[in-house]
Amino acid sequence: MDQNSLHRARNKALGIAHGVGLFLAMLVICLPGIWIVLSSLRPTVEIMAKPPVWIPRELSLDAYVAMFSGVGKGGIPVFDYFRNSLIISVTSTVIAIVIGMAGGYAFARYRFRAKSAMFLGLMLTRTVPGIALSLPLFFVFARLGIIDTHFGLILVYVALNVPFTIWLIDGFFRQVPKDLAEAAQIDGCTRWQAFWQVEFPLAGPGIASAGIFAFLTSWNEFALASQLTRSINSKTLPVGLLDYTAEFTIDWRGMCALAVVMIIPALTLTFIVQKHLVGGLTSGAVKG
Amino acid sequence: MATVSLKKLTKSYGPVAVVHGIDLEVADREFIALVGPSGCGKSTTLRMIAGLEDVSDGLIEIGGRKVNDLPPRSRNISMVFQSYALYPHMTVRENLGFSLKIAGAAKEEMDRRVAEASGILGLDQLLDRRPSQLSGGQRQRVAMGRAIVRDPDVFLFDEPLSNLDAKLRTQMRTEIKKLHAKVQSTVIYVTHDQVEAMTLADRIVIMRDGFIEQVGTPDEVFRRPQTRFVAGFIGSPPMNLHEAAVDDGQLLFASGERLPLPSQFKASVGTGDKVVFGLRPDDIYPTGHGISSGEDADVHQMDLPVTVTEPLGNETLVFAEFNGSDWVSRMLNPKPLRPGDRVKMSLDLSQAHLFSAETGKTLRG
Repeated sequence: MDQNSLHRARNKALGIAHGVGLFLAMLVICLPGIWIVLSSLRPTVEIMAKPPVWIPRELSLDAYVAMFSGVGKGGIPVFDYFRNSLIISVTSTVIAIVIGMAGGYAFARYRFRAKSAMFLGLMLTRTVPGIALSLPLFFVFARLGIIDTHFGLILVYVALNVPFTIWLIDGFFRQVPKDLAEAAQIDGCTRWQAFWQVEFPLAGPGIASAGIFAFLTSWNEFALASQLTRSINSKTLPVGLLDYTAEFTIDWRGMCALAVVMIIPALTLTFIVQKHLVGGLTSGAVKG
Repeated sequence: MATVSLKKLTKSYGPVAVVHGIDLEVADREFIALVGPSGCGKSTTLRMIAGLEDVSDGLIEIGGRKVNDLPPRSRNISMVFQSYALYPHMTVRENLGFSLKIAGAAKEEMDRRVAEASGILGLDQLLDRRPSQLSGGQRQRVAMGRAIVRDPDVFLFDEPLSNLDAKLRTQMRTEIKKLHAKVQSTVIYVTHDQVEAMTLADRIVIMRDGFIEQVGTPDEVFRRPQTRFVAGFIGSPPMNLHEAAVDDGQLLFASGERLPLPSQFKASVGTGDKVVFGLRPDDIYPTGHGISSGEDADVHQMDLPVTVTEPLGNETLVFAEFNGSDWVSRMLNPKPLRPGDRVKMSLDLSQAHLFSAETGKTLRG
């Protein structure tokens, strides 16, 4: 074999190894998801079987039918939970993004006293595990009478998301050259117009990704929601999963079915938004 | 069209002052270049005129109107940034028309003025591209086009050519000059490149450490530098500057070597004065290879050893040792010289400059 064909063979082998490696990595990442979908479609016996049954023998949509068939017939108020989840997640995301934009812009563009200390303070709030807050929050909320309300949970999620959105959006505004807003102001814009006409469109993809993160955090949050909600007035989908646990039994199949119902909107949203998450929008603004 | 005047203009960041109360009058349609090393306050001054920096103290007037507290959009200026600052999410056409769109101009008006500007700058083929699809020179043109479209009273340029390669820079320099001839606006042009300043400007403002060192036409600042700094900053290669003491009608250098005291300074200095002697490379040349300054020439000749030569084709820069360091001289119609050769040099002392070693100010009467 001459050197050329040796080199070609090695490249080919590397390519195959690359593919196999990628497949294995994706398998590990996707397996829990696939397992949930599979489990929602098969009987409990098969779910609990040891050793695990990899290829299902029968598939049925019974769990889904039961879930939507109303309370008393093995169903749960899934529409109420869905509505609650949607209201709480969307509202808290919108608020967190608005505050995050204002805060991120301020941190990225302005000089003010104790700026780094404030920024650090915001980040430090992220170090406190949410669950550690559940008891104090419960007491305060109980006093204020906002247990089991949308408002209460929205408040919590906004507080949870704001430091993160500020941090993320700050980074995206920093990438937009300052010259652009100045050029816009010279071109006749007010500061406000310069922001909306130039800086916002350029930081847009970043703001969208901060939005996804905030939405998913709220949509998936369980620990605090389970403490601060009581009834169909405010229970969210993750809390709804607990409806499948009884004193002595757990309906794994139903739980998995509800989990699938939860995943679908989150997945759809991510797919829709990720198209807009194109990087490199700022290229060409300045020298280079 | 407008005049610009700065009165006691000051800028400080906290306790640190970066512009120290400068005064400047820019005439209508004048091309003024602010030039100086980095950190001299030239860009800050420009940004204050643009309204992008607050004025700490003093007054800025454009067209006789005080603009200190007006936002940039109300000053009727336009600015070309060093970084070009093109809007990356807009096409060239949208970039050019952005100011008109904001002003609420009619579509036809907008198209007409964009076409006009793109015609002047040769951007017609590029109107539907985005900035990322343009080369550096093209971006530079779009940035200028955006400034032209506004039809401003005053053009501000903030080192617009410093991101271009040498060849393109020369080309764009010519274009800016043509542009000024065409649009006849007042221009304030910031650069650290003295060649740009000399070639473009009607008058040059040389700044240093937040002060104005000298204001004058290119000829004035070249021939009659008011300070040692200006003498060293303007001109390429720079003026030879060496400290000396006046001693009995002669200049005594640190090495012990002497030159006659140029006659034009005899009245203004006396024995014991510490001075800085300056002579441009054009005024020191291998005998027979330079241009005499005419009847008034006061040529002093001496033999000096050559250390380095830099041939440039039509001329050669010859570095010759005197007073323990290299003096650069310009040799026209060059002849081959090698390091170590001793060459007879002509020093035209009628063109020499003397500055006070203490204050750096010229000693010319």
